[in-house]
Amino acid sequence: MWEQIRSNRRKSFFLVFIMAFVLMGLGYVVGEALARQAGFSGAGIIGLGVALIVWLVMTLVTFAGGDKILLAVSHARRIEKQDHPQLYNVVEEMTIAAGLPKVPAVYVIDDMALNAFATGRNPDKCAVAVTAGLLAKLNRDQLQGVIAHEISHIINRDVLLMTVLGIMMGAIVMISEIFLRSLWYGGGRRSRRYSSSRGGGQAQLVMMILAVVLAILAPILANLIYLATSRKREYLADANAAVLTRYPDGLAGALEVIAHDGTKLAAANRATAPMYIANPFKKLKASAGLFSTHPPIEERVRILRTIGGSVSYAAYQQAWKNVAGKSAGALPESALSASESQPVRTAHPDAAKADKRQQMRQAGDMLRKVNEFFFLPCACGLRIKLPPNFKKDHVACPRCHRDLAVPVAQLAAIGAVADTLAGETPGRRAPGIPAAAAMAAPLEVARTGSGWQSFKCNCGSTLTLSPSFSANQIRCNQCGKTVRVKQA
Amino acid sequence: MGIALVALFVLLGVIVVWVIGIFNGLVRLRNQVKNAWSQIDVQLKRRHDLIPNLIETVKGYMSHERETLENITKARNLAVQASGVANQAQAETNLNRALGQFYLVVENYPDLKANQNFLSLQEELTSTENKIGFSRQHYNDQAMRLNNKIEMFPSNIVAGMFNFKQAEFFELEDEAERAVPKVSF
Repeated sequence: MWEQIRSNRRKSFFLVFIMAFVLMGLGYVVGEALARQAGFSGAGIIGLGVALIVWLVMTLVTFAGGDKILLAVSHARRIEKQDHPQLYNVVEEMTIAAGLPKVPAVYVIDDMALNAFATGRNPDKCAVAVTAGLLAKLNRDQLQGVIAHEISHIINRDVLLMTVLGIMMGAIVMISEIFLRSLWYGGGRRSRRYSSSRGGGQAQLVMMILAVVLAILAPILANLIYLATSRKREYLADANAAVLTRYPDGLAGALEVIAHDGTKLAAANRATAPMYIANPFKKLKASAGLFSTHPPIEERVRILRTIGGSVSYAAYQQAWKNVAGKSAGALPESALSASESQPVRTAHPDAAKADKRQQMRQAGDMLRKVNEFFFLPCACGLRIKLPPNFKKDHVACPRCHRDLAVPVAQLAAIGAVADTLAGETPGRRAPGIPAAAAMAAPLEVARTGSGWQSFKCNCGSTLTLSPSFSANQIRCNQCGKTVRVKQA
Repeated sequence: MGIALVALFVLLGVIVVWVIGIFNGLVRLRNQVKNAWSQIDVQLKRRHDLIPNLIETVKGYMSHERETLENITKARNLAVQASGVANQAQAETNLNRALGQFYLVVENYPDLKANQNFLSLQEELTSTENKIGFSRQHYNDQAMRLNNKIEMFPSNIVAGMFNFKQAEFFELEDEAERAVPKVSF
């Protein structure tokens, strides 16, 4: 496995080098063109410098907090083992199979769409995230296949490569956009003023045309390199997952389930798309076009299904050739010699008899627990789930219509904590942040004006002051405590 | 004369650097094998720790299966004491067989299968068994790579010079036999 990573690294350096060359070339030509337009030449080097600075700043920002940004953008929440033992166990299993030094952090995305992604620059500092929908609809073997695919992205350093390429692409797009726009809005006037007064109008024109052509072509070229790399990496991660799990049908089954599910991921965007296991945008009949981050899902499934009785990179390569009908393989040569062929294992006994409804309920409950929902048991056996911002103090049981008292104080304490945490990084909040501290402090309210004013008592119930309220204290109906009111 | 001497020294230097490179590669591999083995050990220990819990949980439900449970306990105790790759593999195979029998019997106890405690224990045991499997797989991969290096030219010369030993594979009996214990009538 490690030789393979080393060879990958060499190829990746080459790709990054091409991208960097495009970026610097673009910077140089644009700088030169703009400078000549303004009347002096030889400023291409400045343009090159500007391009590098843009790239450097973007890189620093990404590397300082890129994975956190990615997780935050996708609304992922960190979970621990007790929240979903099976998911956590599967991640641990794949960590061991891949020989990673440390178990990645496990995140769950609050979305019923089916997808998953991995993040982290190196195996020491990485995370995998899966959607709640995935947990609800896949069986253990399929989940294992998906996690193996994601872990493969981590050990192949795909996250790092795609991030570096993505940043360069971003810089190229940005410089081209700015240049073309500046030309559109302000360029024409200036060029006319200077071109007649100075000589070398010919050279200036050539430079300008070159810059425009490059500004149009460079983003397309960068995009193509980026996407082609992304697709190749998907094949490699699929092959790797098959080798890690020794069970290609697991991942194949998972991809089938994903393909047949139409739910779109709400929190995906173009920058994060290559990180996911399946393209979060394209629907069923995704095209295999040049502008796709992932190979078509049907093809990936067919390759995995035709691997046969023993898994290895070579078997995957052979299956790929059969399905794609090409003689050249999708995997790097170094991967092929890296591993021995291994027999496929048998399906997990739970795979056949998994209770779909039970599984769905478990995934939902886990999500609600992570999202701090309150579980209110009713005498009829139903558990009513109340969101943390639930305001009413009574609720009717939807099954038996019993009137149930909501423990408002507890709920309010949770809700208040949720509010303060809402602005911070997503993640698991420390359990049992004491509500008592908030309860103990005497509440004092300052009158803000002479109109209606409402506020929350420490017990969670809402008190309202009328315009004619003139006393300096008020008693809460719910908990009986007095609250001081400071008149303005 | 001078040039020949310089060339000789350069050649010697190149050879020394090359030998150091191969030696370091072998040491790295050997450490990876050791590391992979310790992973198996961790998982085996974890399973040994889980089994008493399992027995404790199911005892109340399965009073008629005392023999099956005793077999598991016995196999487990033997596995805890086993040392050396081959012995341990043998002990684990026996433990697997005892557990396989137990899983068959569990099918007759619907009450037990609905027990939350038992279900979570079962998930833990399943996962631990998977982890043993995967760490075994990882260990065998690493052992194979070390053995290949030790046997193949030119690294076999360096391996012979510094007395590198081949790693033993950790093999359990094949999965099919383990899943379906033989039942005789």
